[in-house]
Amino acid sequence: MTAPAIELKGISKAFGPVQANKDISISVQPGTIHGIIGENGAGKSTLMSILYGFYKADKGEIFIKGDKTQIPDSQAAIAAGIGMVFQHFKLVENFTVLENIILGAEEGRLLRPSLAKARRTLSHLAEEYELNVDPDALIENLSVGHQQRVEILKALYRQADILILDEPTGVLTPAEADQLFRILDRLREEGKTIVLITHKLREIMEITDTVSVMRRGEMTATVKTSETSPEHLAELMVGRKVLLRVDKKSASPGDVVLEVEGLRVIDDKGVLRVKGIDLTVRAGEILGIAGVAGNGQSELLEVLGGFADGKGNIRINGEELDLTGKYSDGQSRRARGIAHVPEDRQREGLIMEYTAWENTIFGYHLDPTYQKGILMDNVGIQAEAQAKMERFDVRPPHPKLAAKNFSGGNQQKIVLAREIERNPDLLLIGQPTRGVDIGAIEFIHQQIISLRDQGKAILLVSVELEEILSLSDRIAVMFDGHIMGERMPDQTDEKELGLLMAGVTQEPAAADYKVVDQQFALQDQELGGA
Amino acid sequence: MDFLTLLQLLDTTVRLATPLLLACLAGLYSERAGIFDIGLEGKMLAAAFFSAAFAYSTGSVWLGLLAGIGVSLVLSGIHGLASITFRGNQLISGLAITMLAGGMTVLIAQDWFKQGGRTPQLEGAARFEPITLPFAETLREVPFIGPLYYELISGHPILVYIAFALVPLTWWILFRTRFGLRLRAVGENPASVDTAGVSVVALRYSAVMICGVLCGLAGAYLATALQAGFVKDMTAGRGYIALAALIFAKWRPWYALWATLLFGLFQALELRPDLIQQVIGVKVQVQLLGALPYILTVVILAGFVGKAIPPRAGGEPYVKER
Repeated sequence: MTAPAIELKGISKAFGPVQANKDISISVQPGTIHGIIGENGAGKSTLMSILYGFYKADKGEIFIKGDKTQIPDSQAAIAAGIGMVFQHFKLVENFTVLENIILGAEEGRLLRPSLAKARRTLSHLAEEYELNVDPDALIENLSVGHQQRVEILKALYRQADILILDEPTGVLTPAEADQLFRILDRLREEGKTIVLITHKLREIMEITDTVSVMRRGEMTATVKTSETSPEHLAELMVGRKVLLRVDKKSASPGDVVLEVEGLRVIDDKGVLRVKGIDLTVRAGEILGIAGVAGNGQSELLEVLGGFADGKGNIRINGEELDLTGKYSDGQSRRARGIAHVPEDRQREGLIMEYTAWENTIFGYHLDPTYQKGILMDNVGIQAEAQAKMERFDVRPPHPKLAAKNFSGGNQQKIVLAREIERNPDLLLIGQPTRGVDIGAIEFIHQQIISLRDQGKAILLVSVELEEILSLSDRIAVMFDGHIMGERMPDQTDEKELGLLMAGVTQEPAAADYKVVDQQFALQDQELGGA
Repeated sequence: MDFLTLLQLLDTTVRLATPLLLACLAGLYSERAGIFDIGLEGKMLAAAFFSAAFAYSTGSVWLGLLAGIGVSLVLSGIHGLASITFRGNQLISGLAITMLAGGMTVLIAQDWFKQGGRTPQLEGAARFEPITLPFAETLREVPFIGPLYYELISGHPILVYIAFALVPLTWWILFRTRFGLRLRAVGENPASVDTAGVSVVALRYSAVMICGVLCGLAGAYLATALQAGFVKDMTAGRGYIALAALIFAKWRPWYALWATLLFGLFQALELRPDLIQQVIGVKVQVQLLGALPYILTVVILAGFVGKAIPPRAGGEPYVKER
């Protein structure tokens, strides 16, 4: 038996109190494609960064081709034959392909011989691996798929025989992804070892020989791909914890409160994050949005909450919301009866340096009841804050304490107290229990349920599947900016949702999203051209 | 305006463009590597004083030049420390260096020479003398070429020739050598250099140091070649004009040459208002002429002259991230 191409033994890495990698051991045979799958934040990328010399492991050993190897920097990784294709490419945009390929691997002090050699090598590589790309093209003029090829060529030019790809298909169109897989297949035939990091089950099943599952910094399983199934992997990936079932009556939905039609959101970088979604939420109902973080849920909340622009139609109680203009802000949204508990409470929900009582009125501070002539009625606000904090069981119930001095759960209660007590028609709530201790979770869940029972519409976004399952009256799963499908919580399970979250679907309607994407891409081109 | 007058005007242009060119190339190396440097002015000023002071004390202009380069390198090191090692704000660091130089030069000058913040007049070997190129005298009588060679090309101090030679050299370094490729890459996307296993920090420091040497040359030229000694604030905004020229030149060496020659021409015209009157027939206020380079600077900086795309990572400290 040959020595494994990569062998990691007991790798641990902590960032402050966060244990990103816990005692990870893994062994990858040469000439295979090894998948590493796990949700965002499971520690996959940290592990690979250790292998590429970006971070130093606190503990553990690395063996490359059987030899114990120290990898203090990227140079050592390259010397050990490791090439890395990052999720965000490390290319110089206004350099040619050739210049990017030789950068750092030049032959001598002068460029001319290096460029000539690279040109020859490149044509060999292109032949050998079907990696065709114009050597004189500028990177900024290449498609994303071709840019990725340049990254792969960079690694091969440096004679890498171990290739790590970090979420390589995240930026690719489906057709480009298929091409990439053909290239990887070819590389495997030529004896290269490939590590593929992804959170997409379909890719794992399609191309890998073996797969390791990571969850919360730990390697929970390593299995042969042929001996597993997407369902099994989804289970390993999501984890099987006891469901914290919440006591609740069945919902009695009333009139439609929120209607979203064809919503699209383009982020600051010009990337389409929400790719045309439709949904409705009725009074007295909780719609849960499940999905792995980064699939467009945050952007959906931001548009609804009024701090990002979107395209499409949103109606509240039948009236259109302004999505781009003068009334597209948090203030106008609140005036329309929308309350928002943002996903990132420390940055968007609270001002950490300010006191609890000040935090209980932010966003509503212009309300006349808080004014006393031209001044704020501080005494009145503080008394009200005190009462709110007691009703919401904030501990300690001291309004004059700065928000940063409360625990995560109690900070969340302050935000909830502010938003719920305003008696909104629609509550947007993102990651309600992220970083919240178990006792507070229960209380927060009860508050959400009781608001529903008062006949309010609630849109819940959470990456915690259990939370979605236990709170929602209806569940929509988001993947890659699309809604993959809707399920009733009593007619589905974590396995099915996990598959939807990873983009696997049997529904022909949802599977058509590639076509829809193309349509939108065309539309965007037209818009951009106009 | 006759041919000879035109040559004299161009000759003055060359002399006045030289410090701008040196400073502009200094900024080019630094900014191409992603380090913005508004401290060119300060480094030139410090170099001007120290070169004059040392040239006066030792009687050797070459020792003066070394002292000028030395102090400019020290200030560059400070800028590098602040903006590369400690990832501070590059504008503030550059501004601080300029203010430091402005005060420090006058203070030390007063302490050393007691002449109201200036150095004594430099004479003889304490100054860069004009060099008469071979055959200048013999060719002088040849029509057209003779005067062109004698008046315009010959008869400048050595630093002028160095400055002009630096233009093709810089182009060659940037676009034909490994160092140049890496230098440009680190200013565009330092992560690409880092992941290729090359040190971002070392590259940026070397760029900042080259910038220091060139600013040293520029300052020494001002005090020991263009003038004969240091006077307070003698750079008179040339560091900023060089920055404007750099933007005008789109961070390219040959364009930098033309841009600084243009600014040099404006400065030369300021000295000869009579020529303007001769050509356009209207008397132009000398003050207006004096303001021209600065007006042009403002126009350029306001972005009226085409679109200049600076190095993409310019001004951003590099923090390694995954």
